[in-house]
Parts: sequence; structure tokens; C-alpha cells
Amino acid sequence: MPELVHSTKIKAMPKINDFVVKFANVNGSGSASANNMFAKAIFRMGIPVSPHNIFPSNIQGLPTWYEVRISEDNYLGRREGVDLMVAMNEQTIKADIQSVVPGGYVLFDSSKALANDLIRDDINYLPLPLKDICLREFEKPAQRQLFKNIVYVGALAAFLNINFKVLTEMVSEQFRGKEKLILPNIHALELGQKYVNENFEYPLPLQLKKSNKTAGKILIDGNTAVGLGCVYGGATIASWYPLTPSTSVVDSFGKYCNRLRIDPGSGKKKFSIIQAEDELAAIGIAIGAGWNGARAFTASSGPGVSLMQEFLGLAYFSEVPVVLFNIQRVGPSTGMPTRTQQGDLFSCAYASHGDTKQILLFPSTPKECFEFAADAFDISDRLQTPVIVMSDLELGMNEQICDQLSWDDSRVYDRGKVLSTEQLEEIEKFGRYQDIDGDGIPYRTYPGTHPHKGSYFTRGSSHDVNAAYTEDGDVYAEVMDRIALKFETAANYLPIPEISNQAKHRLGMIYLGTTTGAIQEVLDNLAKKNIALDTLRIKAFPFHQSVKKFINDHELVYIIEQNRDAQLKSLLKIECNANEEQMHSILSYNGLLITAQHIERDILNSMTTLENAKDVPA
Amino acid sequence: MSYITKPKFQYPGLKTNDVGLSRRDYEGTLTTLCGGCGHDSISAAIIQAAAEMSLEPHKVAKISGIGCSSKIPSYFLSKAHGFNSVHGRMPSVATGANIANKDLHYVGISGDGDSASIGLGQFCHIVRRRINMLYIVANNGTYGLTKGQLSATADQGSKTKTGEESLYDNIDMANLAIELGASFVARSFSGDKQQLIPLLQAGLTHKGFAFIDIVSPCVTFNNTDSSTHGYKNTWENYIALSQVDFVPMRKEITTKYEAGKEKEITLHDGSVIHLHKTGNNYDPYDKENAQHHINQHKKEGKIATGLLYINQSTSDLHELQDTVDKPFNRLTNHDLCPGSEVLDDINETFS
Repeated sequence: MPELVHSTKIKAMPKINDFVVKFANVNGSGSASANNMFAKAIFRMGIPVSPHNIFPSNIQGLPTWYEVRISEDNYLGRREGVDLMVAMNEQTIKADIQSVVPGGYVLFDSSKALANDLIRDDINYLPLPLKDICLREFEKPAQRQLFKNIVYVGALAAFLNINFKVLTEMVSEQFRGKEKLILPNIHALELGQKYVNENFEYPLPLQLKKSNKTAGKILIDGNTAVGLGCVYGGATIASWYPLTPSTSVVDSFGKYCNRLRIDPGSGKKKFSIIQAEDELAAIGIAIGAGWNGARAFTASSGPGVSLMQEFLGLAYFSEVPVVLFNIQRVGPSTGMPTRTQQGDLFSCAYASHGDTKQILLFPSTPKECFEFAADAFDISDRLQTPVIVMSDLELGMNEQICDQLSWDDSRVYDRGKVLSTEQLEEIEKFGRYQDIDGDGIPYRTYPGTHPHKGSYFTRGSSHDVNAAYTEDGDVYAEVMDRIALKFETAANYLPIPEISNQAKHRLGMIYLGTTTGAIQEVLDNLAKKNIALDTLRIKAFPFHQSVKKFINDHELVYIIEQNRDAQLKSLLKIECNANEEQMHSILSYNGLLITAQHIERDILNSMTTLENAKDVPA
Repeated sequence: MSYITKPKFQYPGLKTNDVGLSRRDYEGTLTTLCGGCGHDSISAAIIQAAAEMSLEPHKVAKISGIGCSSKIPSYFLSKAHGFNSVHGRMPSVATGANIANKDLHYVGISGDGDSASIGLGQFCHIVRRRINMLYIVANNGTYGLTKGQLSATADQGSKTKTGEESLYDNIDMANLAIELGASFVARSFSGDKQQLIPLLQAGLTHKGFAFIDIVSPCVTFNNTDSSTHGYKNTWENYIALSQVDFVPMRKEITTKYEAGKEKEITLHDGSVIHLHKTGNNYDPYDKENAQHHINQHKKEGKIATGLLYINQSTSDLHELQDTVDKPFNRLTNHDLCPGSEVLDDINETFS
């Protein structure tokens, strides 16, 4: 074994509560729960943390990474470069070590010598004989493998100064009910800690200090929050087809329903989950339920949403409420199933053939996943049309810090314009698609409401205001125009953009969804270079009128999105009549969450000279 | 083909049923199908079946896919809500509707293109899920609306009007339904009202998935002598495995049957199906036997009809999933929302 450069030899910049730790593992090796424990311990020390899973579409044996950004400044986006690499995968170790920033660290299993070509002279190595320790301490082969992960977490606790009590408490919580597992896990943590204690100077200059930045916050993934939002929003029916990265939405819904939706008297269920034969059936079931007055949803991703197109057109044209969660992943086709993208804006905004438009909501945090999920059912019932909640893999499958979820107990579900038996009794003639109120939203009835009033025929073929079949082009156009009016009304029911332009600068940024995590960091860093921008975060489509105004009020607006074809920019052109010259695209589509560095670089590169771009109040 | 609106006039002397409705109250709009289409006989049979049973029309939901068959729901029970959905996807829409409100009768109307080709997958899965409904396939062996292409139920060797011969083996929907676990499977002929009406009534009453494959000739595209789905072939090769009578629960049984010559099947609500034996000693409780009979007759070029299979003691999806008695579409905020205190506890688990 070549002599390793130790941490004392290379000068490392001290970094407190502001660095990136990346774990390189083999999937299926049990690293996930150990890595989660690491991130959560930091969260519990009061330090903002954002973990990102970068995993393969595979069950066992392929490389997987867990990247943890720690940021006292609450920058929760990804950051380029790794300060400490936990290199546990021989297959990727070379590239993993290359990605470490100069002065950074590599923690590796020194039970086997490190190859010469893996030695860099500008970084520090933290050799830990994990395999040897586990062979010595544990008897069962499975334990010897699994506990390697726990031992390195124990070692990291010493290296980085993680409060050990926080870790042991988490082990006790995790294995509540399986007490036998608590002691061996704590033992494994102690083994790692002890080895560092005896062999290294610690903590490293890279270290954690207790803070108070996570008080009142929670650490939760978006899909769990969506499932919970569906419970709170009154959904009773989930029909779905398993598809990464949407699967955990229905898992979460089922978990909370089994806890919160069992009728106390009878023990019976106030929910139904149908694992359908495909995504066509999944959305068909949800539409059938919506037509009959129950709140229903389906969750999917790109390939599934493609299959749902015909049904989305039916629901649009026949005006049936349904909620769809699209947890976007990299397309086209199968694409990269376990990587993130905002690539389905086109396929969802105008989903289905003919003249259509769909309501889209863009959550950016797990808290918004919860809120928008619940809101989606109100909006869908109110507007009698599908609502597609556009999350993505990054938001859906990674834990993220956000404010606690909250619910207003005085809130009553908005079931929209549904006529009761009594209301039907009072009206002379019911016409399903008549625009009584002038807002483009007609009145509907549920089957079985009244013995001889209010029945109608729902169809995807052209129909008149009374829902009767027609091939009269003018009558068809009248209905289409009324639906268009309904989409103008929609703006009143959709979440409005978040705009920061108190200072009114020449430059602006428009973004949505998971891009949000990088924005504050971009603004802060550019401010140091005397560049200031106004920002607008889009939360819904069709766009609020303030979006168009924002573009018009700025000389240049950066449109930041995570797809190749600048889909958001195109939508802005179509919907806001925005000028091409006024918009500049910043795109990221490599399947990883966009970084602040990427955005900064593109903004700086786009400026002919920095001097030119210095902010001048408009 | 009709284009006028049906007059609403009713003769004052028209007889009314137990819920005070006349037969005309069960009608729909005027048909736009071809004169002589088997599908119109199906509408008429449903109207008569529902009127005789005193079904309340608004307690029925009619759901269909796309095609000539899927137009049928327009032509009966205009006081019932209808949903003409997407080609081949009626089963999923019916499934969702049924889960949302278990208190209605669900009638799904489909065709052989709709259920045996584009929607075969959905058909299989609705049978597996035991949705409590009556599922009708108006089966004419051809694609009518697109002008006469062969469908997947067309028998091998059967020829269309243009002389196109079916090269492939057909899908027998009744046999498939039995295979997949349907608890009520029948086959009938649109031309045999006497057999069809009691089967419809029994199917509507049966709790669980009831399936009726109805041979319903397409007079325009598939009614040639060389078609196995035409009137001529059906009349000539139609074998009733049993004759069926349906006695609703509230009717007193007055008909006398000769001892030993009939079988009684009591449905979950107390209604009774009477099967008159036709000399072949057919046992509709025996799944394998049913499939054997269907296959045997097919080999001989015959169409086995009647109540082919029944198991009246199965459970439907709601029982399998153990859902609450109150229909989901009547559950309120109070029933569904766990409230802020519970959410505080949930927050705790993520901190």
C-alpha cells in the first residue's frame, strides 16, 4: 500500500456547516438507510441539509450515490464539487475520487490496498478498514455487509463532529418494536467512532456545529407529502400503475389511509386503491369516479402520462374532474427512469389531440406538494377539468427541508357547481353545458340525484349545451368557446406567482418547481458581482397575467428550466405573446438537479461585458 | 336512420309498474342505427326488462365505449345518467364509477371491437376485480362504424360482405369471462327476446360481475349467409342450453312448473331464476362443464346460449376491499379530513 497523504499534511480550508458529502455505494447493499441517518442527524443538529439520491434503475449491483449538501445559509440546491467522498464502490471509485475538490477528503475501505492511480496528492485520504472491522465484530454474513454502512456513519460522526447522541436516538426510533436490532446498530456506530478516535486527528477542519436553522422545519420527501395531501384533500380513490418515480405517492396515500381513513365504528375503509393493468385504466378509473362525484387521482410519470393522453382529452371536453400527479423523469421514451427533468411541460399543457389545455400546478417544496395536492381536488371540482400536479423525481423522491405542514380546520372542500336534489327541484330545465353564470363553468349533477331531472349523457363526441350529440359546427364551436372562457376564469382559482421585484431591475428570472432551490444562492452570488435580478416563480398554468407583465417590465428575462427544448419559454411565447428577444434560456437536462453555479455561469456568459450588465434601475 | 326527436306523448291508459312508471318512461332517444340492427332489439329488451323489474331509471348508470354498440345507451333509460367514454375503456370508467357509488345499478354496453380487441385488457381486468355490474357485449363480428372490417370475435372462415375471410381463430367472450372468474355468464341472441329479457333481469339483479354476450347481427356489413354472426346462421345454429325465467324478489311466484323439470337459482336479494331443463341436463354451477359445452358446440358450428355459468355467492370489489357502507361520493369533509391536530403529530414524525 502506497503511503497515504494524511489530513494533517494537506492544508484543507476549514469549512463549518457548508460543504458537500457524497456517498458512492453499490445499490442493494443497504446503504440507503445509513445514509439517510447521516442526513437526518445533521438536520436534527439544526443545520440545513439537502440530500439527493442519484440512483440506477436496478435492484442490485449497480452504482448509486447519495449526495448531501450542508448549508448554514440554507442553500438547498445541489452544489458542484465534493468535499468529502465516502467511496464504497470499486466500480466507480476512480471517477468518484476525481470529483473531490482540492483539499477535500476521501473516506475508503482500507481492508484492501488502494491502487496507485487512485492516489491524488492534493486531497486527503481517510482509510478505514471497514471489512476487517465487520469480519471481526459480526458473525452473520448479512450483518458483516450491512454494518459496514453503519460503521462509516459512526466514523463520520467523529470526523465531522456529529452529536453521537442524536445518532443513537435515531437508531432507537428506527428500530422501535425490533429492539434486538438496536444494540448491534449502536455497537456498529461506536466501532466507527472508536477507530477514528484511535487513528486520526479529529474532527476534521470540515465540520459541523450545532445551529438553530431547522427549528420548526421538517425533513420529508415530496411524494410522501403528496400522498398526505390527497388524504387531507378528501381523495377516496387512487388508481395507478407502478412507475418510477411516482410509485411512492400511492404508497404514502395507502399508508396514511390505513391509519386515518378506517371507519371507527365498522372498521371499514373510506378509501379504495386500485393497482390498474396500465395507465390508461388508471386514469379511466379516476375519471369514472370523478364523474360519479368521488375525488379520485392517479400518479404517474412521462411514459404513463403519454398513455393517458386520450383520456385527458375526454375529461377536458366532457368536463370531468380528475387529478393527476406527474412525477417527471428524464424522457423521451424510457429515458433515464431514475433521473430528474422538467420535460413534460409540452405533453401536459396541451395534453391530448384537438384544441385542449390542461391546468398544471408546479410545487417546489414538499410543503407545496402537500398543499397543491389538496388544492388540486378543489380546483378540479371547481373547474370541472383535469388538474395535473407537475412534480419531478428530485422533489418526489428526495427528502427536503421545508416548513411544517399545516391545515386550516375551517376549510371546507369546494365541490364546485354540483346541483342537489332540492336545487334540481327548483329549476325548470337542466342543461349540463349551459353557462348560467357567465364564467364558463357549467353546472353538473351526479348520477342518481333526482328521479326525473338532471340526467344527461356525458360524451367525448361533440355535444350541445344540453349534452346532446351534435355535428353542427356552430354548436360545437359555441361549446369550445365556452370552455376557453372557463380557462380564463381558471386564473382566479390557481396559485399566483411569487414575485420579488421591489427594486425593479432591468433583468429578471422566471423559473418553476425544483429550480427554486438554487435561486437564492444565484441571487446572493451575483449580488457580490453587483448584478441584481428580479424573480418570478410560476406556480400554475395557464399563466397568471402578472407573468406577461413581468416579462414586459424587464429588458431581459432569464427563463430557467430543466429540459432541452426550452419548453417553458415556448409556453410563455404562446400564452403571453412574449418576445423572443426579451427571453434568454438557461437549460439543464443531464438528469441531475440544476445547480446555482450552472445558472450563474450562464447568466455571466450571456452578458457581453459585465460592465454593461450592471444593474441600472429602470 | 332517424333524425327526428321522439315525441313525448304517452297514452293516458298506459300501464304503470310498481314505481309508477310506464314502459315509455324507460325509453331513450330515437335510434340512429341501421333499420334491422340487432342492437335496437337489445335496447328494446333492456327497456322491457327494466320496466318489468320496476327499476328506478335514475338509479342506473349506463356506460359505454365507442362504436355502434356503444351508442345503445342513448336508446334506453333517458332518465339515467350515461357516459359514452373512450374506445375500449368502458371497463375502467365503470370501475371508477362503481367504486364512487356502490348504490347504483351499472350497465356497461360494449361491442366486440370495443371489448375483444382494443379493450381486451380492460375487459379481463374488470372481470378479475368483480365489479358489481351488468356487462353486455353486443357482438356482431364486425366493425360497423368503420364499414365492415372483421373483428376478433368473427369465427375462422367467416366472411364479411366484401368477401374478406377471417383467417384467425376467434375470441369467445363468454368462455373468456368464465375463465377469468365472472360469476354470471350468459349468451343470448338479440332476436330472442324471450330468452334475453329474463337473462338481462337476472344479470341486473346478480351481485357481482354479470356478463352477457349477445349475438347481434349487423344488417349492413355482416349479415351474409357466409357470416357466422348473421341472422340466418344464428337462427339455424342457436342452441339454448336452458330456458330461463326470472322472478323478481317482490313478485309472488305463481307459475307452476312440472316437478323435476326445472332448477331454481335464488339470487342475493331473494329473486329467483328458473331454469327449464332442455333435456341436456346442463349444470350452470359447473365452470369446467360450461366451458366444455361452449367448446363442444363451437366445434359443431353451434352457438350455445342461455345461462352458461353462475355462482351467486361471490363477493364484489367493495366486499373484497371492505369499503364503508356509505357511498364514497357522499362522504364529507368530516368523514374524510383528519384535521390539524393529527397533522401536528405527523409533522412530529418528520422532525
